Amino acid sequence: MTELRGFYTLWLREVKRYFRDKVRIVSSFFQPFLWLVIFGTGFRFSGQIGELNYQEYLFPGIIGQALLFTSMFMGISVIWDKEFGFMKEILVAPISRVTIFLGKMIGDSTDAALQGTIIFLVAALIGIKVDPLTYFAALPVMLLITFGLVSIGLTIASFMRSLESFGVIQSFINLPLFFLSGALFPLTNPGIPEWLQTASKANPLTYGVDALRTIILGEAWQPLQALHVNLAVLGAFDVIMIIIGTWAFTRMK
Amino acid sequence: MNKVIETFKLTRMFNELTAVDHLDISVEAGEIFGLLGPNGAGKTTTISMLCTILKPTSGTAKVNGFDIVKESRQVRKSIGIVFQDPSIDDRMTGRENLFMHANLYGVPLSEQKSRIDNVLKLVELEDRADDLMRTYSGGMRRRLELARGLIHYPKVLFLDEPTLGLDPQTRDHVWKYIRELKENHDITIVLTTHYMDEADKLCDRIAIMDYGKIIALDTPAKLKETLEGDVVIIKANNLETLSALITEKLGLQNARIINGTVEVTMKNGKSMLPRIVEVATQNNIFVESIALREPNLEDVFLYYTGRTIRADSSRERHGFLAIARRRIK
Ligand SMILES: Nc1ncnc2c1ncn2[C@@H]1O[C@H](COP(=O)(O)OP(=O)(O)OP(=O)(O)O)[C@@H](O)[C@H]1O
Ligand SMILES: [Mg+2]
Repeated sequence: MTELRGFYTLWLREVKRYFRDKVRIVSSFFQPFLWLVIFGTGFRFSGQIGELNYQEYLFPGIIGQALLFTSMFMGISVIWDKEFGFMKEILVAPISRVTIFLGKMIGDSTDAALQGTIIFLVAALIGIKVDPLTYFAALPVMLLITFGLVSIGLTIASFMRSLESFGVIQSFINLPLFFLSGALFPLTNPGIPEWLQTASKANPLTYGVDALRTIILGEAWQPLQALHVNLAVLGAFDVIMIIIGTWAFTRMK
Repeated sequence: MNKVIETFKLTRMFNELTAVDHLDISVEAGEIFGLLGPNGAGKTTTISMLCTILKPTSGTAKVNGFDIVKESRQVRKSIGIVFQDPSIDDRMTGRENLFMHANLYGVPLSEQKSRIDNVLKLVELEDRADDLMRTYSGGMRRRLELARGLIHYPKVLFLDEPTLGLDPQTRDHVWKYIRELKENHDITIVLTTHYMDEADKLCDRIAIMDYGKIIALDTPAKLKETLEGDVVIIKANNLETLSALITEKLGLQNARIINGTVEVTMKNGKSMLPRIVEVATQNNIFVESIALREPNLEDVFLYYTGRTIRADSSRERHGFLAIARRRIK
């Protein structure tokens, strides 16, 4: 019972902090707007992907990108809490490290999924057709994508002391995962070197983006994997990352 | 009396530095136990180990009968702590910080509101309770941290420099509340301080700590009695010669120069005053003034260590940084 309330408290804290950060919310409207309007429109007139125009193709990819960047960035709250001392208050409380990790992780995932939600709004705003039902089908998938990614961010942050070094490590991870996920362009076309295709297959985000496209684009999209395969891969990735993250939190001082 | 805390050769090293050195102390149920010592003495390190956030290098301790290394979970259930360094979430309001704490420590839902209202009243922050804590002043943040440490009625409450940076009036309130807490809720309190008056007025027993070791442990009154006598303070024009003369001619060993005076502790201070003046005059030293007072804990510290508690030492920097950091935030 104490564990459950501890979990809820930590979850709520992350969500409240998200809603209080007005700058972040405004910027999270702005970024996908740029991607979809400028980048998306530009490429729309440069080529077609299957039956889709590029903007339609890009939209689920930009959700994937937002989930990736936001999730990884969330680790910063751990460094922040260490630096400003609140971590001590949490660590000395009579709740288990598993609860601490899960509370923070699911709170951060909720924030990241909210960020994904904003992209749906932006898309609707600029005239991409989205069915509200599609959003509700995509939401659980978005969460499934964020659990593992947030866990990576939290794990890395639990080893770090400074915001700067966390930033550096992040850019080493974020961009490769992003470029190799098929968010911006397909990595399965004939002629693409074998090693790039393999790297893309090893990237969990590839499965997330593919699942999102399957749900959002429906018939028009030719999936790389069946939806249930994508979900299974994401689930396995989450479980592994959560185990590692919990371990990292257990040894954190 | 049963022991609520007992340490067994508790030791913590940071590289070659021994911050806490084979500590053996015990704290009895219901007492206010003070750890008094200069910056870097090892007070915070000791408390951190007792609260299970720092692992001992060797040795161990029992808190409430639970081993701090093997049963850290049970230990954490029965303690509360107010850290020396800041530990609030300043993006949340004061009240939110208190509710988070109540939930993390399993305070029954039905009691949360009333306890939180109580402690807010205590530290006089009712008006500001719903403001984000980043808008609080340093002293207000400290008061909220104190309030937070008091809402879950722990069996043992650790207070690390509880009144650092508070104004005298708030300090009085806090002292009063700490005493009430002990009396009404059966809470054992361990506090660290380097304020002599705080230790003297508040603590049932005091351990004087220096370089990781306990150098004296007793009630404030008994500690002062060990000095057996009075402190004589002499203002004169040639302090070095005078203190040498006092040792040489009067056989008093502990004459020392402090703040432009010679201080010396002795039995029967009153009857010695004329002799001191006599020795000085005979050696052409002009005595400007001479005074007598009862020994305080500062003298006790000096007696045991040969230094004043605020004496310069390389270890001091750590403490200053901690204070400076608090100011910046
Ligand atoms: N994390 C750490 N790494 C290295 N040295 C440390 C660490 N924490 C404390 N020390 C050292 O251990 C010694 C004891 O420090 P501690 O914080 O326990 O002192 P303190 O008695 O609480 O002093 P203060 O009155 O300044 O709070 C100091 O010399 C300090 O520099
Ligand atoms: Mg300290």
